[in-house]
Amino acid sequence: MAANLKKPGEVWVVVEHTGSEAAAVSWELLGVAKKLSAELGTRPAAVIIGDGDHGKTLSEQAFSFGAEAAYVADHPALTPFTAEPHSQALAALARKHNPEVILLGATTKGRDLASAVATDLETGLTADCTELGIDPETKLLRQTRPAFGGNIMATIISPDTRPQMATVRPGVFARPEPVAGASGELIATKPKLAKDQPVRQLQFIPDPEDEASLQGADVIVSGGRGMRQAKNFIMLGELARELGGVVGASRGAVDAGWVSARHQVGQTGQTVRPILYIAVGISGAIQHLTGMQHSDIIVAINNDPDAPIFDIADYGIVGDLFEIVPAMIAEARKRKDGKAAPASKIDTGGGETGGEDFLESEASA
Amino acid sequence: MTLPLGDRQPAKGRFDAIVVGGGPAGLSAACTLADGGSRVCVIERGDWPGSKNMMGGLIFAQPTSKVVPEFWKRGPVERPVTRRELWITTGDAAFKGAYESTDFGVEPYNAFTVFRSRFDKWLAGEARAKGAVILTETLVEDLLWDGERVAGVRTGRSEGDLEADVVIIAEGANSFLTEKAGLCQGAESGSLALAVKEVLALPKEKIEDRFSLEDGAGAAYEIIGEITDGIPGTGFIYTNKDTVSIGVGVILKDMVNRAGAAYNLLERFKAQPQVRRLIAGASPREYTAHLIPEGGYRGMPRLYGDGVLVAGDAASMVNAVFTEGANLALLSGRIAAQTVLRASEFGTFGCETLSYYGGLLEDSLIMKDLKQYKNVMPLLSSHLHFFGLYPEIASAAVKEFLTVDSLSKADKHKLIMKLVRSQRPSRKMIKDLYEAWRAIS
Amino acid sequence: MAINSVVCVKQVPDTTQVRIDPETGSLIRHGLPSVVNPFDLHAVEAALRLRDIYGGRVTALSMGPPQAEESLRKVLGFGVNRAVLLSDRAFAGADTLATTYALAAAIRKIAAEEPVDLVICGKQSIDGDTGQVGPGLAHRLGMSQVTYICGLEEIDLEARTIKAWRQLETGRELLEAKLPAALTITETCNRIRYASLPDLIAAAEQPVEIWGVDDIEVEREHLGLKGSPTRVNKIFAPPVRERGEIFAAADSSAAEVAATVFDRLALRGVTLGGNGRSTSIADSKPVGDT
Ligand SMILES: Cc1cc2nc3c(=O)[nH]c(=O)nc-3n(C[C@H](O)[C@H](O)[C@H](O)COP(=O)(O)OP(=O)(O)OC[C@H]3O[C@@H](n4cnc5c(N)ncnc54)[C@H](O)[C@@H]3O)c2cc1C
Ligand SMILES: Cc1cc2nc3c(=O)[nH]c(=O)nc-3n(C[C@H](O)[C@H](O)[C@H](O)COP(=O)(O)OP(=O)(O)OC[C@H]3O[C@@H](n4cnc5c(N)ncnc54)[C@H](O)[C@@H]3O)c2cc1C
Ligand SMILES: Nc1ncnc2c1ncn2[C@@H]1O[C@H](COP(=O)(O)O)[C@@H](O)[C@H]1O
Repeated sequence: MAANLKKPGEVWVVVEHTGSEAAAVSWELLGVAKKLSAELGTRPAAVIIGDGDHGKTLSEQAFSFGAEAAYVADHPALTPFTAEPHSQALAALARKHNPEVILLGATTKGRDLASAVATDLETGLTADCTELGIDPETKLLRQTRPAFGGNIMATIISPDTRPQMATVRPGVFARPEPVAGASGELIATKPKLAKDQPVRQLQFIPDPEDEASLQGADVIVSGGRGMRQAKNFIMLGELARELGGVVGASRGAVDAGWVSARHQVGQTGQTVRPILYIAVGISGAIQHLTGMQHSDIIVAINNDPDAPIFDIADYGIVGDLFEIVPAMIAEARKRKDGKAAPASKIDTGGGETGGEDFLESEASA
Repeated sequence: MTLPLGDRQPAKGRFDAIVVGGGPAGLSAACTLADGGSRVCVIERGDWPGSKNMMGGLIFAQPTSKVVPEFWKRGPVERPVTRRELWITTGDAAFKGAYESTDFGVEPYNAFTVFRSRFDKWLAGEARAKGAVILTETLVEDLLWDGERVAGVRTGRSEGDLEADVVIIAEGANSFLTEKAGLCQGAESGSLALAVKEVLALPKEKIEDRFSLEDGAGAAYEIIGEITDGIPGTGFIYTNKDTVSIGVGVILKDMVNRAGAAYNLLERFKAQPQVRRLIAGASPREYTAHLIPEGGYRGMPRLYGDGVLVAGDAASMVNAVFTEGANLALLSGRIAAQTVLRASEFGTFGCETLSYYGGLLEDSLIMKDLKQYKNVMPLLSSHLHFFGLYPEIASAAVKEFLTVDSLSKADKHKLIMKLVRSQRPSRKMIKDLYEAWRAIS
Repeated sequence: MAINSVVCVKQVPDTTQVRIDPETGSLIRHGLPSVVNPFDLHAVEAALRLRDIYGGRVTALSMGPPQAEESLRKVLGFGVNRAVLLSDRAFAGADTLATTYALAAAIRKIAAEEPVDLVICGKQSIDGDTGQVGPGLAHRLGMSQVTYICGLEEIDLEARTIKAWRQLETGRELLEAKLPAALTITETCNRIRYASLPDLIAAAEQPVEIWGVDDIEVEREHLGLKGSPTRVNKIFAPPVRERGEIFAAADSSAAEVAATVFDRLALRGVTLGGNGRSTSIADSKPVGDT
């Protein structure tokens, strides 16, 4: 597409949603879009692609999170999500309105969609950005992302093509505070799409509810290979529950079969940004660090004083996790004064946090 | 599991020869065999030939160019070595002998520094180009027998048996196949050395400046003395293009007896003031440790049996001071291959035919060298003063001589001789030093 | 009827060993071992399993420098029928857009000789980590796009459709896609086979075809650096978090250490028992720290 338009186009955020509910990352991105468009002298806009009347509710939410405009593309072929019709709809909108920047969540859907659209528009796409900014001189989008497994950071620009496209992992940016009653311009479109699409969804099996989601968790207690056995994760579940958090894991623990892959934090797992991240028996390989180093506070427990995890920990405890974790559980209970003595609750527990298969069989142990 | 092979043909017939181990011995055997028209298969357990090899050291040009003519023009060599030094160190002093020849910097060269991980990989490519089949990530677990004759190998893969007229064992130090073939009893720790090495990055100009080298030329330093803390062994420093390899090798037995960590020795070596200056500001790239058979002639197994030959480190063909192992490995691999080629003319691969290997080796520099040096290791082990007392005496003497004070030069001379003799009778000392020099030069 | 696949295989540096030179700020490439992108091995395995069931041929395709031949050799060892390496200076410096341009041209050439029903990629490469090449190929080749596959169900040869499970953040979906399709495969999709010795030997004797720019139908300005809209502006070492306070359990009892840590956490506003987001630190998060 032609570059150097006189007036810069808008900064778009493609809202990922399930029909009724938007993914948290979309609102996180609106916060960034607002900042970027201020620097560009343009406006942030949300793009809502789907079917039915959710466009209205979602656009209202988008306005509350800072969008000044919302493009709603609506067609029966657009739900449930498949890549082809969504990319056609988004590419058509982009061709018509020439946005300067398009941001998407680096989720399975977001990456899927972004790649197809960027290829269609023959423009640059930068994956998994952790920092976005506008170059004050060139006004180009500076997209910074980890590469080579997080060992290096690269700042990438797309000087000659528009829109400049980027995906951003959930949890990298903070969600802005919603402003109640905010409004904006609503632009509704009816994309032309074939009824018969090449890919269709036959079935969707949601993950069990008790697989507490790492995304959006305030506290994550993660275990690594130092946990030695699946059943020792019960202890982490207890600590997580005392702290109101969920259980995560290193790939080491996942590969050992102690916890399911959904708990994995890191390069090939999830990027998380909790308030408190407790790494237990995790050495701190770079691939793990890329997934959790943006946590507000990191606590590490490891018996190896040279473990690299200590290099990024706010508080490091050098010692045997099998002593420290029980002590922390006890301490947490002590502090939650007045609350029901939780010991019995834990022994019967298993349903609420870190709900793993082993919890059931080991609960009475 | 059977897989449809598509339009590929399953491997037909067996190989003429199987080579176990993709090190210099195995690959040179493969090159020679393939050149001679033999169907040869090399089996290497590592991800690629050289992937398990830490050696960054010297490859001598003459034997290598017999296997691959003018390898320096195409292979991954670092620098031709034009400068060699021998140091004897003590405390903060070093006694240095240097040899430099610009002749060594031009064809046909004498030696090159190389990274074995790259060199072996390249040599494997040469062997493949000549027609050898190179299999990687495949472990040879056992030998196949046909009566008393070795008839092939068993690998860790499914449908993993492979037959051949002859198997060349070139699996490096600690060869268990040699034992399985009934050719030896297994190495005792006294005949093994442990080497620890680091690669340090240093800009090209700094290397040439600090080692006084011409553009692109290289240096190899051997260092003995206090650096090994009284344990028999040597330190070495080799220059590569933009890195320096630095390491220490010590006799495992003595090392274990002293209960010191090998790594501490390397740190000690690097802290030696003269060494420290050479590597100042260099940043570490990698650290490795490796076993080397140091038994030499005395540690050698029987070299052949029915349908089987042993070459390289597996046959303990390492010079007492390990800088020549790859050399001997290359040569012995080649000779083993020549033996096999000759045997295939006769059509028999029994002990008698293969005994030709022994004869060729006897005539080659391999056995001559190994025999000449066969006493070196025992000598070093029994002369521990080589690594403690001597360096100290030498250095004290030189220091005295070079210190300008009120004594006349003649008086100094007398004082020094007295000082030296008080430590060890001079006749013994001269003999010791002569042997030591021969062992490492 | 059979299913022919092209598997895209990339040779990548072993990222566990990548470091940046703090002085020059450039990548240390010295002695960096190369490996086959781990996810691509799962893609190869997926293609081989389909061939085991439905018959057909599997072609491995890679774009990269001459030494990328090693990666193709490795996958030949698993039993792939044919291996093609796109290697030419003109391809160098390609970003994902230019990569898919060249790979798509090569796949069209392969398809001219025999129909290609499936293009199978790994879910992402471990060096670039983008996951963009698979979808890009789907778009360029006009194939159905199915990414992040965690399980292959079946192919209907009559209807010419494939059913596959796709892993999403919130669950798994079963998709039905028309052939030809471009798939990307995750590590949970299968376990990689250890090739048999006869297969390995056959592979070692099999040639890798090397194609240059003139072997495929392309316009040069869309290739390599020239054809890449993205530019790497700078690279640098990841920002380091400050090392914080370290407590040694050996110096005091575990209970004491636990108490001290909770004291510190309390000072920073972490309250116990849930809803931490409503605590004061939630607001102190920087928005896009640029
Ligand atoms: C392409 C690729 C992608 C990857 N992606 C990821 C990813 O997404 N996420 C991820 O986590 N990893 C990932 N890895 C793997 C990563 O490199 C490490 O192997 C992994 O993180 C190690 O897990 P760990 O820390 O649990 O195990 P280890 O490294 O084995 O560490 C265990 C730690 O526990 C400590 N310990 C042992 N016993 C005790 C005790 N009693 N008390 C206290 N401490 C104890 C030990 O000192 C040690 O530090 C990836 C690797 C590759 C190659
Ligand atoms: C620190 C150090 C420095 C050195 N410096 C020098 C020097 O400067 N110059 C010099 O000439 N020499 C040097 N050497 C010695 C030299 O490295 C060896 O002598 C030489 O490598 C011997 O070659 P080889 O082929 O016999 O064995 P190796 O090089 O050990 O090769 C054997 C191969 O067989 C493979 N293998 C083993 N078992 C099996 C199995 N069961 N199945 C399949 N594959 C198997 C191994 O992975 C290996 O690749 C040095 C050694 C060390 C440790
Ligand atoms: N140069 C390449 N050659 C062949 N396949 C590639 C190449 N680059 C990427 N791929 C394929 O595309 C997938 C995703 O790569 P990426 O988009 O770089 O994360 C990889 O897993 C490969 O299957």
